[in-house]
Formats: sequence, structure tokens, C-alpha cells
Amino acid sequence: MHSATEQPVVRPMIAVENLTIGYGELVVLERLDFTIAAGEVFAILGGSGCGKSTLLRHLIGLEDPMGGTIQVAGAPPVQDTGPPTYGVLFQSGALFGSMTLHQNVALPLRTWSDLDAHAVDTIVRAKLRLVGLEGFEHHMPAELSGGMKKRAGIARALALDPPLLFLDEPSAGLDPVSSVELDQLLLTLNHSLGMTTVIVTHELQSIFTVADACIMLDRGARGIIARGHPATLRDTSDDPRVRAFFNRQSRPS
Amino acid sequence: MSDADTPGFHVDRIDLASDRAALRFAGALRFRECFAAWDEVRGMLAPLPPHLDLDVSDVDGLDGGATALLLELRAEAASAGSETAIVGATGRVQSMIELYGAHPKRPSLQAPPARIGILDQIGRETLTLVNESNALDFFGDSVVAAAQAVRSPRRVNWADVPRLMERAGADGIPIVLMINFLVGLVTGFQAAIQLKQFGANIFVADLVGLSVTRELAPLMTAIIIAGRSGAAFSAELGTMRVSEEIDALRTLGLDPYQYLVFPRVIALTLIAPMLTIVADVIGIAGGLLVAMFSLDLTFQAYLAESEKALDLFDVYSGILKAAVFGLAIALVACQRGLATRGGAEGVGRSTTSAVVTSLFAIVVLDAIFTVIFHAFGH
Repeated sequence: MHSATEQPVVRPMIAVENLTIGYGELVVLERLDFTIAAGEVFAILGGSGCGKSTLLRHLIGLEDPMGGTIQVAGAPPVQDTGPPTYGVLFQSGALFGSMTLHQNVALPLRTWSDLDAHAVDTIVRAKLRLVGLEGFEHHMPAELSGGMKKRAGIARALALDPPLLFLDEPSAGLDPVSSVELDQLLLTLNHSLGMTTVIVTHELQSIFTVADACIMLDRGARGIIARGHPATLRDTSDDPRVRAFFNRQSRPS
Repeated sequence: MSDADTPGFHVDRIDLASDRAALRFAGALRFRECFAAWDEVRGMLAPLPPHLDLDVSDVDGLDGGATALLLELRAEAASAGSETAIVGATGRVQSMIELYGAHPKRPSLQAPPARIGILDQIGRETLTLVNESNALDFFGDSVVAAAQAVRSPRRVNWADVPRLMERAGADGIPIVLMINFLVGLVTGFQAAIQLKQFGANIFVADLVGLSVTRELAPLMTAIIIAGRSGAAFSAELGTMRVSEEIDALRTLGLDPYQYLVFPRVIALTLIAPMLTIVADVIGIAGGLLVAMFSLDLTFQAYLAESEKALDLFDVYSGILKAAVFGLAIALVACQRGLATRGGAEGVGRSTTSAVVTSLFAIVVLDAIFTVIFHAFGH
């Protein structure tokens, strides 16, 4: 699902224009311009502290930009106004601690659909099975490991079958097997449903496996230092920062 | 030539030519020994030659702290104008120097947190108090949420209300009973001491009845609710804020006000009057106990006098107060919880602030009520 051949009729799923973001007075990233095509797996890369997660929080409408515009499916991202048009996986999973896994995944379904309890249960179990957590329905989040919480977070993000999925460091803290399974899951969802996926990550393995396109952010430059297909960037970029990112990350530890 | 000799390592200075000198290190450089002797080593730089070698060829061990000192020494000599190099490093020593020397020095991006003076601190705290704009935002948003809830009640998380009422109400009954009983008892006892002198024993019933229903029961109950439920709500919402659960809620299309704040406000506004009714009864019972055992009044006489002294207004005004106290506690606690910033410490701070602000609000509201009731002739 490469977006290299751009079709002018297709409106991008996400369009970011001249975006400046930060906290209070502090500018973290400035004058960002990029688009994410529908059906694309798009990776936001960069070292720690470069503003990846902050950018994601703006894309999903949790923070207001200092300048510029963000359009998600043709409208600025807003929250709390109706059924969500996208799913989000937070870095920690952000499961509701007072609810079981089942209740966590069922919450968006109970809120935004008129399905009866049996139908909700069927969907919840299917979503949990998808992320390998069937059997843990009645566990509380505190009883799960970090990786399991994250997978449960994905099940909840997928509950309403959104056309767009945001993932903040999905494979950080997952064991290698689960991490590969997660990549496969994302690829399958992308191929079969055409789900647009935006991933914030620095896991090289998963970038090369799943991403169609990426942007690389840099703290010093306060902006995008490279964009394109990850493998192409790795092989052709002569920017030392890009090379350092790919080389440092791929060196066995 | 001078030298520094310590148990772990040994340094000596060799002046090779007029413009060149070397500091030769030998032995194992461990940071504990190095720090103790380092002033001496730095002293050996003087007089500083144009070319200085830090020779580590005889070093057979180098730990992280000592490596940092060595690199610092090189930088110190270099910045003083000498061309300085670490030479003779091999094997593990070399890899340590490469490891610690790999990243260039960078200045701190932020000034270190400065000690602030008392006046400065008072000024800052005052400004924070004045600029509590997010508190105003919160109350505005709450009003909007309340209006939306009236328009589309389906969006409110009613399912949580009974559970919250149970936690704030039923679970709190033992402590409400205990405290209000003792307060009634103490009030009765203090009154008895005074009234006995005038042979006006029976008026203990009036005094206890009026002060408990109008003032003490709603106040004590509100204080208990602030300590139990106010603290709990603020800690709960604060933890949810810190662990991104509030953000997750919003991305699921659920408004935190409708989903979390509203049920809590409803629960406390309903439960505070109910607990106050219980507190009224048990407070009067406390006074009754004193009257029966220390003033030799009969059960019937005490109750008959209480009935004569108390107006329905006295009871209702206390209950009305309690409802407003409950509302205030819930709003303050939720506001403080949602405004939490910065991890576990932030949760502690917002919980403290929730309880203190609630108590303050309760006392202020109580004073306002007293003035209003007085103005209406009660």
C-alpha cells in the first residue's frame, strides 16, 4: 500500500500544514508539513524527547496547536463530541483501572452502539482473541504485565472498527514474539480493512516490516529531517542524523 | 618532578622538554581513591606546559568515575591553553575512555532549580492563587456539562452513581455515627455544666437540638465527607489523569465531565443530606445520654422538650446546607483531581489541596448560610 503514486483525487486521511506545537512558551516542533494517505501505515520516528508523542497528542486532538492546522478526515480533530472516528493506543495502554478487561473493551461498544449484551460480549471476546488475550476477560488491568496491558489497549482501540488507528510506541515493552505478532496484526488489518495506521515508534524491526512511509523528527532541528519510505531512507540518506538513527538502532546490543 | 602516591594508584610528572610534560598514571584508578587525591593531581598540572600527555599506559584498571575525572583533567588543561592528549590507552582502559569520551560536552539546557527566598515564594503562591484560571475553566465546563446532561441525559454515566453513593454514604455511616454521637455528647455535657447552675437542666435539649440540626451535624458530616470522599475522588481522578486514562476516555468519545465528574457531584449532593439526617438523630441521642445520666432528665421529657424547641426549618436548613456542602466538595475534589500534573507527587498534592480547599469552602459557605438565614429572620 505505497503512497508513492499520488492520486490527486484522493483526499489525504491526515493533512498537517505549517504546524507548530509545544508546551506553554516552549516550542517543541515547528512548521511541520506532511500528509498521510488513506490506507497507509505511517511511522513517526525520532529519538527520545524529540516530540513524537507530543505530535501524536496533537493529531488526536488532545492538545491545541500553537500554530498551523491539522485535518483528520477533512476536519480538525476534536474530542468528547460523539462516536470516535479513530482508535488510540496510549504508551502505557491506559486501561481503566477500575474495570475488567472485558468492561474496558466493551465500554466504547456500550456507549456508541445499541448492541445487546450478547453481541457486545461476542465482539469483545473476538477483539481479545485477536490480541491473544482470550481467557483474561475478567482480569483487572493491575493483574496484567505491561505487554498484556498494551495488547488489551489495542483491543479496546479496535473495538469500534475505526478506519484510522494511532499507536504510541506499540511494541516497546513487548517480548520479541509478541512484537512480531503485533506487526502481523497491523499488516493484516491494513491489508484487509484498508485501515490507516499512524505509529510512533523507534523500533527499527517493526518500522521496516509495516511502514509504507515515515517522517523522522529531530530535537535539535525542531522539525522533520527526513521523509519517505523507511528502507529507502536507510539506504540512500546522507544526513548523518538519519544514518545515525538507523545504524545505531540496528547495532546488536 | 613531583608525584602523588595513594594506595590504589600512582601519578608522577615527567618534564620531557621545555615545552612538553607528561603525567604518568599507574595502578588501578578507582573513583573513591581518585577523588581523595585529585586536588593533588590537578596541582601537578602547574606549571602548565604547551604540550601535555596524560600517559595511562601503566594503568591496569579504570572505572567510570575515574574516567570522568581524567577527561575533566584533559579538558581543564586544554582550556587553559595546553595541547593535551590521553596517550598509551589500550584494551579496557581505552574502551572506557572511548565510551565516556564519545559524547561531546553540552551545556545544561535549563538552569538548575534555584533556591527561592521567602518573599519570592509568597509572591509566587499569591500569583498561583490569583491565577487559578483552570479552576474557573473547570466550573464553567461543569456548568456546560450540567446543561448538556439535562438536554441528553443518556450521555451521563448514571450507572456509577449507586456505587459512588454506597462508597461515600453507606461505607461512611460508622464514622458519621461515631463522630456526631460524640459531638452531641460533648455539646450536651458543656451545656449541662452551665445550665445546672441556673436549674435550667431541661434546656439542654433545646441547646443540643438546635446546635446539632442547624450547625454541627451538617458541618461535621461535611468534614467527614471531605476527608473520605473528597480525598478519594481527587486521588482517583488524579491517578487517572497521570496514567493517561482521562485522555483515553476522551479518545473513546466520552466526556470526562459527563462520565466522571457528574456522577460524583450527583452522588455527594444526594448522600450528604442523607448522612446529615442520620447525624441529626445520633447527635440528639448523644445529648440525651448526658441528660439522662448526668442531669436526671427522663427520656420522654428530653424528647418532648426537643420537639418543642425544634422547628422543621431547623432540620431542613441543616439538610439544605449539607446538600450544598456535598456539591462543593465534589466539585472541588474533581477539579483538583483533573488538574493533577506530574506523577505520584502530583496526586498527593492534588489530594491535599482537595481536602484543604473543601474544608475552606465548607466554612465559607456555612458563614454565607448563617448570614442569609439571619436576614430571613431565622
